[in-house]
Amino acid sequence: MVLLHVTDLNVSFDTDDGVVKAVRGISFDVDRGKTLGIVGESGSGKSVSTQTLAGLTRGARVSGSAQFDGLDLIKASPSQRRSVLGRKIGMIFQDPLTSLHPAYRVGAQIVETIRAHDRSISKRAARLRAIELLGMVGIPFPSERVDEFPHQFSGGMRQRVMIAMAMALDPTLLIADEPTTALDVTVQAQVLELMRKVQAEFGTAIILITHDLGVIADVADDVAVMYAGTIVERAPRDEIFYQPHHPYTEGLLDSMPGRVERGQPLRPVKGSPPSLIDLPPGCPFAPRCPYRFDRCDQEVPVLQTVFGDEQHQSACFLPTEIEERKALREQLVEKGGIR
Amino acid sequence: MIRFIFVRLITGLLVVFLVSVATFLMFFAAPNDVARTMAGKAATPETIALINHRLGLDQPLWHQYGHFIWRALHGDLGYDYYHQRSVVSIIKGAAPVSLSIAFGAAILWMILGVGSGIISAVRPRSFMDRALNVLALIFYSMPTFVLGSMLLFFLYFKLTSAGHAWFPAAGYVPWFGKPDPSNPQHGFWPWMHHLILPWVTLALVTAAAYTRFTRGSMLEVLSEDYIRTARAKGISERRVVFRHALRSALTPVVTQFGIDLAILAGGTVVTEQLFGMHGLGWNSLTAITNQDLPVIVGILLVVSVFVVVANFLVDLIYAVLDPRVRLY
Repeated sequence: MVLLHVTDLNVSFDTDDGVVKAVRGISFDVDRGKTLGIVGESGSGKSVSTQTLAGLTRGARVSGSAQFDGLDLIKASPSQRRSVLGRKIGMIFQDPLTSLHPAYRVGAQIVETIRAHDRSISKRAARLRAIELLGMVGIPFPSERVDEFPHQFSGGMRQRVMIAMAMALDPTLLIADEPTTALDVTVQAQVLELMRKVQAEFGTAIILITHDLGVIADVADDVAVMYAGTIVERAPRDEIFYQPHHPYTEGLLDSMPGRVERGQPLRPVKGSPPSLIDLPPGCPFAPRCPYRFDRCDQEVPVLQTVFGDEQHQSACFLPTEIEERKALREQLVEKGGIR
Repeated sequence: MIRFIFVRLITGLLVVFLVSVATFLMFFAAPNDVARTMAGKAATPETIALINHRLGLDQPLWHQYGHFIWRALHGDLGYDYYHQRSVVSIIKGAAPVSLSIAFGAAILWMILGVGSGIISAVRPRSFMDRALNVLALIFYSMPTFVLGSMLLFFLYFKLTSAGHAWFPAAGYVPWFGKPDPSNPQHGFWPWMHHLILPWVTLALVTAAAYTRFTRGSMLEVLSEDYIRTARAKGISERRVVFRHALRSALTPVVTQFGIDLAILAGGTVVTEQLFGMHGLGWNSLTAITNQDLPVIVGILLVVSVFVVVANFLVDLIYAVLDPRVRLY
């Protein structure tokens, strides 16, 4: 069951240097109760695209549509969008240290979310609900900590508070924008575990934005790989990890520790992403691509089904037949082209 | 908390003490001869010595200072050199004038400055923002005496000559107090009526800085992550601006406000002069011109107490606005 249906989303910003095309015609679906992982490096448009859905990108030029629960989030009026935000769509962000208001008690911040959408809930009832939520996300002594300020919590605990706040009204979609990036590794695992638990309990769909493939491997059902404002590859998680088609996905996987043999150096993707103001005429990844050939510089590849799997799509001109694609990679490795 | 109040009390007293010492030293370091001024051109050395003796000016400096402090601790700040009025009574007469000017102006400039700062910050680079920015620059670069004179010229002189005596020319009318036979006016409305022009003068000049200050502070806070969180909750934009952004943006503004208010309460020389109000500013100007030490020291002491108290209050408000601040 499709919960969120995004088609041809474009987001651009006017700056003094020119128009920055941050997101260029992306489409994706999120199924109820499932997790979509969006990966990509900084500036690939992953955060911008989801924040645009929530109307949090100010001063941007936006086109496309995003059907959610009978409402087009892109064309919706601010008040229509507000009635959905916080109630049906919960959001958590990268830096829990700065994402909570420093001057209000955590309980009051959760209560505000609850009462913003339903005035009939008394302050007392909302507070009890806040305590319950804090307990659910694993904060010890919730009935005491509800009256504490954010600075009295550690980073991991603050992210738990953020999750409690986002889940306050049992939303059908949770947008998690790099929720573990600012946390240390042990805490990362706890927060991911908590998100999984919340999903199992509430049946919430999750859009998880990250640049960490390890996180994707942990929790995502489907994966979209973004590069320079477009989705370059889209597939179920295992497909992405075991049979990547797009050279960029392959590069991301190769640069993960654990993908190369012990003692061997990691294989980073060389170069840096193109300027979003002045894009190359062909494939945006071509300048960094080890497989690059003439066509890549002239034509922009579009998403197409690869490996005969309807769910697996890639925007690349390389062969879509699995054996051919694998042979190409082996050739390249032999020649030392991937190093 | 008790520790905080105690420490602040001690440091406050220290500040007041240092101010009194500094004032004393500066007065005696400056070349002047009070006795000669008082006695006139034809005075004999004996007369001058007598005056110096009467005023205690022939005693060693530390002795004079000790004497002064001892009396000050008993609520006696001495007498002015020329009219033998007690300094305490001078201050009692002048402080309400200055406080009236300062507090009224402060309310007005906070409303104007913070209000326009918020409007500017919510829609940066809009027409309103630019217009307010230009207005703020105009008033910011306008000296008080120019603006005050202009207000007097147009709102008092021009209007009155046109038959609309809406604003009084000058003079202070007390809010409370015994009816004075020579000036029977007093009460809230006459008090306010006479203060409107000085208030507007001071408020416009000061509000300009607050517009820019609030705008900058608001813009900074509006880009904070927790503002994005607030918007993601689906609360109204008004609530985001006033409950979430303004709360944080006001902290630096309040600090500035405390200092400005204390300084203005200590006398506004130009404004008082323009509008014929004998407040602390006018009195200290007169005292300085006449080398009237007891009055200068007395007023400076009162002003330093204002500053100390204002800073104390600012710190308390700061702690209320930002729970991360701990009072030590």
